[in-house]
Amino acid sequence: MENFEFINAIVLLANFVLVPALSYGSQLALATLSLTIVYGVLRFSNFAQADWMSFGTMAAILFAWLFQSIGITAGIFPTALLALPFAIIVTALFCLLIDRSVYSFYRKQKSQPIVLMIVSVGVMFILQAIVRFIIGPNDRKFFDGEKYIIHALDFKNYFGLEEGLTIKSTQLITVIVALIAMISLFYFLQKTKLGKSMRAYSNNEDLALLSGINPEKIVIVTWIISSILITTAGVLYGLDKSFKPFTYFNLLLPMFAAAIVGGIGSPIGAVIGGYVIAFSEITLTYAYKKFFVYLMPEHLEPSGLMQVLSTDYKFAISFIILVIVLIVRPTGIVRGKII
Amino acid sequence: MTKFLSCTNMTGGYGGEDIIHSCDIEVDKSQIVVIVGPNGAGKSTAMKAMLGMISLKEGNLILDGSDISKLSPQDRVAAGIAFVPQTMNVFSELTVEENLEMGAFLRDDNIQETIGEIYNLFPAMKDKRNQLAGELSGGQRQQVAVSRALMTRPKVLMLDEPTAGVSPIVMKEIFERIITIKNSGVAIVIVEQNAKQALNIADFGYVLVGGENKFSGEGQELLKNQEVRKSFLGG
Amino acid sequence: MNDELRAPIAFTVMGILLAIVGFTQSWSVSLSIINLCIISSIMAIGVNLQWGYGGLFNAGVMGFTALGGLTAVLVSHDPIYEAWDKAGVGIIISTIIFILSITALLFVFRNIENKQIRNTLIILIIFFGLIGINNFYGPSINIIESIDPAKTGFLGGLGLPIIFSWLIAAVVAGLVAWVIGKITLRLRSDYLAIATLGISEIVIAVVKHEDWLSRGVKNVSGLDRPVPYEIELQESQWFLNLIESINFSKLEAINSLTSRQDVLNDLVISSSGIFVKLCYAGLFFSVLLLIFYLSQLALNSPWGRMLRAIRDNEEAASAMGKNIFLQHLQIFIIGSAIIGIAGAMLTTLDGQFTPGSYRPLRFTFIIWLMVIIGGSGNNLGSIFGGFFIWFIWIEAEPLSIGFVNMLAGGLEYDNPLRIHLLGSAAHLRLFIMGLLLLLALRFMPKGVIPEKIQKK
Repeated sequence: MENFEFINAIVLLANFVLVPALSYGSQLALATLSLTIVYGVLRFSNFAQADWMSFGTMAAILFAWLFQSIGITAGIFPTALLALPFAIIVTALFCLLIDRSVYSFYRKQKSQPIVLMIVSVGVMFILQAIVRFIIGPNDRKFFDGEKYIIHALDFKNYFGLEEGLTIKSTQLITVIVALIAMISLFYFLQKTKLGKSMRAYSNNEDLALLSGINPEKIVIVTWIISSILITTAGVLYGLDKSFKPFTYFNLLLPMFAAAIVGGIGSPIGAVIGGYVIAFSEITLTYAYKKFFVYLMPEHLEPSGLMQVLSTDYKFAISFIILVIVLIVRPTGIVRGKII
Repeated sequence: MTKFLSCTNMTGGYGGEDIIHSCDIEVDKSQIVVIVGPNGAGKSTAMKAMLGMISLKEGNLILDGSDISKLSPQDRVAAGIAFVPQTMNVFSELTVEENLEMGAFLRDDNIQETIGEIYNLFPAMKDKRNQLAGELSGGQRQQVAVSRALMTRPKVLMLDEPTAGVSPIVMKEIFERIITIKNSGVAIVIVEQNAKQALNIADFGYVLVGGENKFSGEGQELLKNQEVRKSFLGG
Repeated sequence: MNDELRAPIAFTVMGILLAIVGFTQSWSVSLSIINLCIISSIMAIGVNLQWGYGGLFNAGVMGFTALGGLTAVLVSHDPIYEAWDKAGVGIIISTIIFILSITALLFVFRNIENKQIRNTLIILIIFFGLIGINNFYGPSINIIESIDPAKTGFLGGLGLPIIFSWLIAAVVAGLVAWVIGKITLRLRSDYLAIATLGISEIVIAVVKHEDWLSRGVKNVSGLDRPVPYEIELQESQWFLNLIESINFSKLEAINSLTSRQDVLNDLVISSSGIFVKLCYAGLFFSVLLLIFYLSQLALNSPWGRMLRAIRDNEEAASAMGKNIFLQHLQIFIIGSAIIGIAGAMLTTLDGQFTPGSYRPLRFTFIIWLMVIIGGSGNNLGSIFGGFFIWFIWIEAEPLSIGFVNMLAGGLEYDNPLRIHLLGSAAHLRLFIMGLLLLLALRFMPKGVIPEKIQKK
């Protein structure tokens, strides 16, 4: 019996902490990667990045609706996955349009990063307006297809445990897609000539020019990669939870926190930071009472919820970690750009 | 008969007052030309003008018979001029080998042969090829910087104070390598603070003062010139 | 255009715009806009001190505004004695434990060199601190929140006149700014932006969820006013006399005594609303003038000149031995304190504190727009920006709807596209704001009333 208690406790944690944190972490990691790539190459903190996420997801939802209306679905997979490539193309094109019409001017002027950051606030406004105008400010679920891979009830019955483990298909899809995206990105950056030239440009702009690297080409590639990552992150997040422009905007802070915690400008740091933030948010706001009830003998069982912080403070956690990192190790976990 | 790279009558600056006035610098293949002069004499400016990094009011720049004065810096790189800046001259977050690959960014052919030649020239770099350039010592970093420039297989190599801040031993080594590079047929232009040592290896030297050519002549000749010695070489 | 003329022209145009609203909509609407314009201007001055003079990007304006609002509640609301009797001790003890833990953490962090001992101590302090706080805090807030939850359910405040909160809000906001500044001002400029963005989210989370402190999303309403109530005015003889004498000729024209009385009554009711708004406007305007005057005084002092020197060339100033960090910290605290004042004023004007209404767009980025369009580095510009952008923000919605109506005019009344467009039209004002910001940054980066170039 003792043994079952232990397994129950583990399953409980896996169900409520490990699986959700892994999928949220993957979504956050992708989003942070896009933020950090824009930061690394274009050298400014892009306040509009979370709204690019909204925009990309909105595009995916619209395409998914279009496909569904003409009878195309992806079977057991969500239609939005089918729509993803199209959404990426639209997002990237719009991104490039904004770059041409807005950002390139300041690049040519060699404006301070902080000016570009303020410009990105203007872009943020415009994106929010567009998204709300087209699809509205409300919560939208756009998931279809097979919902569960493992359902809690089946799991319980099969193993004869008290606790069940649920794995939603979106969670598995998230982890797999995120993994593919990250591996491709790192392959691109480390092994291809274009990727290396992007790193070179990010590292030393003047020398990159002297080596014949075309900055405009690098900028275009950067926005395209950023669009791929942010749209994918947004679609995965929306499939897993739901799509609401304001919720997406609120992801800006965890994204920034993850980028700085990991080491801003460093892609590996962005991935690590994304998972650190996600796991912290979930482990610190989970109520461990039931977990200890399984593990402890009866007279030692805790009376409270055994929760470090109320779930109301999810956002606060990313900020607290951010502050701790700023105090203890301002360069982040992986040594990032100079501060 | 004009030289391989002939830059004559260069006048201009950074937009404000002119810094160089009717300045001439010429270099031939397999030749080392050294530009020396006091601080603020316009040495670096002259070199930047040759690279197209500042726009000139006047000047004729002829490379191998064709006019390059209208080309952008990138196009001049493509035309065969390579430049090693004084500072920030390596990609510190890239490995040594990636630095070389970036040097050859404009080339579409196989670059392994050139990389091999460079490893022959600087054997130390072969061992460090997977290390980040930013982690190397000053002298080694200078080697990476020169190598990156050589990856384009340039016809003209320009170096801005390649020996600034390195020890005398490293300086000697760098100059030796530069001679080797010259012997492979490259035209070399160096701006130098360490005037004596530089003029020692120079085939031809220019002394710039106030943005104008004050003296010019073969390296040894300048070294012997009493006036030059007194004014710039400390007697 | 002659630079000297820019400010008068800008303010004249602004006056005309407000007058148009007064004539076409109503003077009451116009005055409501003006009151919020003044508060916006004060916030804009706060941001302008930080950005225009100090070069600091504060993305947490919303947080300082909410802190000001919370202060207004805590100063002016009557204390809930029952809550204090039953659970005050618990809250005080957990606050003390919290403060002690933070102090202990700071002490350990600064004074213990050995990493192992330090980390162990930190973990121990956090662990026991949390246990201690949870022990007292949880039960206490449950008691507090259960006391008459429909009406109070929180600790209440000090029961002082609300106008005191304006000053206290400055102190509270300044203290929070001091903590943030200490942590982030040594780092690169973007970090301040991100950290302030974070702290403002935390402030909002606290006021939204700590019901024992602020009633959370249940809101606190019915706060005391520093100005008379409409109903009081309507019952005072002097007000009646005042209205009668102002409208003397109009009333004289009416022959019937009863209808003359009816007209007078209507006039008194509508005028009492305007009178109250005028009182607010007078109060707010005095604060605005005072803050403007003090800011100008400070900025033309040696202290202000040093600040600008640092902004324009940080390296040179640093080489001259100026303590950049301290200067930045000072200006960051002062700017945030001013924003805190404006936050308290806003809650005073509303007469209620509604934590759910704080959104970063409305309370942070719009203020930024005001500063940039008004003219970074010029307080007069910030005042203009505050007026202009707030005016646009309010009037953009009806204008957008009108615009969309025009666009959709050709469509059938029940056409779904028409319905969707009309429903979404309100969001176009975000678009207008974004566009204004981008156009200003591109074509008028110095703003409508640019910073005066200081003579050396």
